[in-house]
Amino acid sequence: MDMKTIYLLIPLAPLFGALVAGLFGWAIGRRAAHCVTIGGVAVSFALSAYVLNHMLSGGEAYNGTVYTWLSINGVDFNVGFLVDTLTAMMMCVVTFVSLMVHIYTIGYMHEDPGYQRFFSYISLFTFSMLMLVMANNFVQLFFGWEAVGLVSYLLIGFWFKRPTATFANLKAFLVNRVGDFGFLLGIGLVLAYFGSLDYAEVFAKAPELKDTTITLMTGHTWSLMAVTCILLFVGAMGKSAQFPLHVWLPDSMEGPTPISALIHAATMVTAGIFMVARMSPMFELSETALNFVLVIGAITALFMGFLGIIQNDIKRVVAYSTLSQLGYMTVALGASAYSVAVFHLMTHAFFKALLFLAAGSVIMGMHHDQDIRNMGGLRKYMKITWITSLIGSLALIGTPFLSGFYSKDSIILAVEASTLPGAGFAQFAVLAGVFVTAFYSFRMYFLVFHGKERWMEQGHHHAHDADAHDEDEHHHGLGPNDKPHESPWVVTLPLVLLAIPSLVIGYLAIGPMLAGDFFKNVIFVNHDLHPAMEAVIHHAHDAFHMGLHAFATLPFWLAAAGVAAAFVFYMVKPALPAAIDRVFSKIGVRKLLEQKYYMDHLYINGFAAAGRGLGTVLWKVGDAILIDGLLVNGSAKVVGFVASIVRRLQTGYIYHYAFAMIIGGLVFITVWLGVILGWFGPEAREWIGNLLYSRA
Amino acid sequence: MTGHLLSYAIWVPILAGLIVLATGGDKNAGLQRWLALIGALAGFLVTIPLYTGFDAHSAGMQFEELRPWIETYNINYHLGVDGLSVWFVILNAFTTLMVVLAGWRVIEQRVAQYMAAFLIMSGLINGAFAALDAILFYVFFEAMLIPMYLVIGIWGGPRRVYASIKFFLYTLLGSLLTLVAFIYLHYQTGGSFEIQEFHRVQLTMTAQVLLLVAFFFAFAVKVPMWPVHTWLPDAHVEAPTGGSMVLAAITLKLGAYGFLRFALPIAPDASREYAWVFVLLSLVAVVYIGFVALVQTDMKKLVAYSSISHMGFVTLGFFMFANGTHLNSYAVEGAIVQMISHGFVSAAMFFSIGVMYDRVHSRKIADYGGVANKMPIFASFFMLFAMANSGLPGTSGFVGEFFVVLGAMQVNFWYAVAAATTLIFGAAYTLWMYKRVIFGDVGNQHVAELTDVNKREFLVLAILAIAVLGMGLYPKPFTDLMHFSVNDLIWHVSQVKLDVPQ
Repeated sequence: MDMKTIYLLIPLAPLFGALVAGLFGWAIGRRAAHCVTIGGVAVSFALSAYVLNHMLSGGEAYNGTVYTWLSINGVDFNVGFLVDTLTAMMMCVVTFVSLMVHIYTIGYMHEDPGYQRFFSYISLFTFSMLMLVMANNFVQLFFGWEAVGLVSYLLIGFWFKRPTATFANLKAFLVNRVGDFGFLLGIGLVLAYFGSLDYAEVFAKAPELKDTTITLMTGHTWSLMAVTCILLFVGAMGKSAQFPLHVWLPDSMEGPTPISALIHAATMVTAGIFMVARMSPMFELSETALNFVLVIGAITALFMGFLGIIQNDIKRVVAYSTLSQLGYMTVALGASAYSVAVFHLMTHAFFKALLFLAAGSVIMGMHHDQDIRNMGGLRKYMKITWITSLIGSLALIGTPFLSGFYSKDSIILAVEASTLPGAGFAQFAVLAGVFVTAFYSFRMYFLVFHGKERWMEQGHHHAHDADAHDEDEHHHGLGPNDKPHESPWVVTLPLVLLAIPSLVIGYLAIGPMLAGDFFKNVIFVNHDLHPAMEAVIHHAHDAFHMGLHAFATLPFWLAAAGVAAAFVFYMVKPALPAAIDRVFSKIGVRKLLEQKYYMDHLYINGFAAAGRGLGTVLWKVGDAILIDGLLVNGSAKVVGFVASIVRRLQTGYIYHYAFAMIIGGLVFITVWLGVILGWFGPEAREWIGNLLYSRA
Repeated sequence: MTGHLLSYAIWVPILAGLIVLATGGDKNAGLQRWLALIGALAGFLVTIPLYTGFDAHSAGMQFEELRPWIETYNINYHLGVDGLSVWFVILNAFTTLMVVLAGWRVIEQRVAQYMAAFLIMSGLINGAFAALDAILFYVFFEAMLIPMYLVIGIWGGPRRVYASIKFFLYTLLGSLLTLVAFIYLHYQTGGSFEIQEFHRVQLTMTAQVLLLVAFFFAFAVKVPMWPVHTWLPDAHVEAPTGGSMVLAAITLKLGAYGFLRFALPIAPDASREYAWVFVLLSLVAVVYIGFVALVQTDMKKLVAYSSISHMGFVTLGFFMFANGTHLNSYAVEGAIVQMISHGFVSAAMFFSIGVMYDRVHSRKIADYGGVANKMPIFASFFMLFAMANSGLPGTSGFVGEFFVVLGAMQVNFWYAVAAATTLIFGAAYTLWMYKRVIFGDVGNQHVAELTDVNKREFLVLAILAIAVLGMGLYPKPFTDLMHFSVNDLIWHVSQVKLDVPQ
């Protein structure tokens, strides 16, 4: 097989699985449906691993066309692949996590009547995500971008009977569309000024257009590169849930847990990060855009972390953690440490998928109760879930030598070295975020796996249970006499397989990815202007030493303090959080956090309501009263009125008609004289004259 | 055979319609349906060679037929198609086939008349697209109103009389000025009604402006552009499913086609001068109608408004003059692609609503809820079409809008910004409707009694789905046919017609 065939097979194998399971799932049954989709993704993963190995052993990057989608104006718009080290890494991450999630789903969804449909969707997602990362041009990127959004929409609303699920999926799609609005305009600017949508051509031309300005409003000129990059980044803000377009991600937890892991943690939400890294040759040319990226990322990293502290739904804690971590990646992008962002994307994909799948395992063990206040002491009953969760949490908070440590510390190092105006704020945000992350992660960990077995107590909290499969068989969690149970092997195997990279991938990969030339010729950094990477490289070349050194640095102690605080609050003195809560309630902070900074209010009661209001006004007043009432039916009435007068003129007397003829003749002659005398201007005279005489 | 292809495309369906009419009353309904299907199929098959035999490297008229008709006034039976019109003849024949299938068991009364109306209308519309003689065009253009008027007025809903008269008067009044324009041009060309002669004639600015106004009234009503759009929601709501399908898929295109064939090439200087008016009205259509569509409670009205918004992209694309002189080929081809795509997508949307209406006899969104529980296959198809209506990449709905936005960006940043809001509006009104109709628990007794699509409905949905996906994934064959004609049009419209004194 030549490489092109392999590249074609990688996305097509999951597509094949999705089509078979989706169109013929009813005929082939559950087992065949999961076999064919898992087979497709497994093939895709094996080939992706082969491609990565090929790249690591010095293989050439591939940039080629599959077919010409459209050609207009002499410009070809192709479907084509660009496979380099960045793509190969993303392909491996996507297909590996997807494979794990496919296997996990056998256990998680085994009771669900929509079993085949679910497998079809997640395979379709894998195809779409691969098309996105493998694109060699903006059109295909946009196709993949919207296609993953579509599958995300379908999966959030998978249990379509639930009002909350269909609310969440519509919200997710529309908020993403707001981001895509910017993204599309960015693509429009690229075509207008670069004359192509092909990555290679655009990136090659970017330096020439560095100083081009465009006039958006009279008298105000803007840097083309800044406007383009910011618009493209608006797309990333939607997809990667950056403030203020983050609101859809927590609600997306309405979907089944496997897709929260695959789509809303490991892969789709990182598409924006990947995109900006891919566009590094453009972003590097605009300080304004980079600073914008940096500040948005910093806001997301810190303020979404705060919200994680007060969540009681196990999935929502992890969801806010994901938002915060996406903020970290964005900060790295803004600091021009693209490879660090991608590195964190990779480590995060493993440990966050692990945390979500473990949360799903806990939910199964708790009989679909998601409220962590009803849990406790689960380590006795769910050993594998417990250990793997602990590994995931430790990786997330940045424990030295684990994967999250290397990527997160590299981000902090990069921000410290950044010279952008927003770097000071960003540095504060990422450091404070370390404490917050450690606190909420271990709050959840202690509440779930340690302490008293609270489901035995009376007075359950009835937090919204998103994963009950049917409203009728509404699960209410465990009764006082029930025992949680460990999940079947199809669920625990993926946990173990994800725990391994969560432990070691950072240690193994940091050298080549950050200090080595893995991303050479793929990610472009102007080191003179943006020295952040230099600082990272200095540490990154020796992973072991970096880990040892960490114990003497601030981030480590912040994380440790976060864990210690969580331990004190939730294990030693459970009365303490309640006391603090009362204080915060008094000063209004509690409410602010509970209401998620009132962002949902703003969107739903502000923008959406205003849109409906305006629509009603335009419809009832504009269309019905002004256009139809006044113009259309109004002219009909005028005609009717005139006709009623004219009818009276039809008297039957010849002298009446003769009189009318004389009047008409007079009017005609007057008009004619008017034309002659130039009353209507020379042009009208000419026109009427022509009309009457030119065909003589 | 190939010499008379366009005549076949016109007269085969009309003849088939007359044969169906001749078969008498409803007791022969079974035979009439099959005859109509054969007629529609034959009508479609004769248009296939238009595609296979089309020379994509020519901007000229192809498959021309010319014979005298009314020699006193030099009116000819002159037919021909170029890259601008060829797709619409094919699309029209295709849609007629879908309409015959869509009305198969749904129409139980006056079956022969119903089928005949659509077959005859199909032939007349083909005539309008293929006519190269202005009077011939005008005759087809007006004659087409009659079967549509009857379809709405006889098989329509409770307010069918108001709707059909509104439809008829609106469009008829609009086109009267066109006739005046044609006669004026006839004198200016020295006695010709050849449309291609009209393109060559030199005109003063005043004449061009007055002609543009005349064409505007005829074609803007048909498109329909804001603010002469209010007949469309009423007509759609009252029309039977087949009527809505043809109305949205084809007749609206005739208005847009009028701008391409008449307004732009005959009055290029005026078009350049007043392009901003058309741009403004088109953008108002996209944004204003987007808001209005959001709050509709009737599914058909919602899709009707969405049609207006989508057609706004077409007229927007036609008037994108870069630097004030050259039309933008991204925008023009995008707009034509949008016309074809809208033919598939709107037909599919109206058919889908028809499938539900046949079972529940309501178009109100509030009367549904949870349809997916009872009609999973239908829900999947409807999802695809809803996504196409929202302009999702991979469906045909994306291609046109994408290139019109890209073309607009080359002309003016803010045009593109206003146009791109459709990403949000289109998704909002379409998917919000989808959510309320399809998702959720079974909403009421009527929904509980629903049965999924039958074989005939599945066939129609599947064919339209293939068209929507096929054009979305591989639009190149569609645009390849139009490049030369579009470039020729762009060149023509960039020329100044004024400088030679008459």
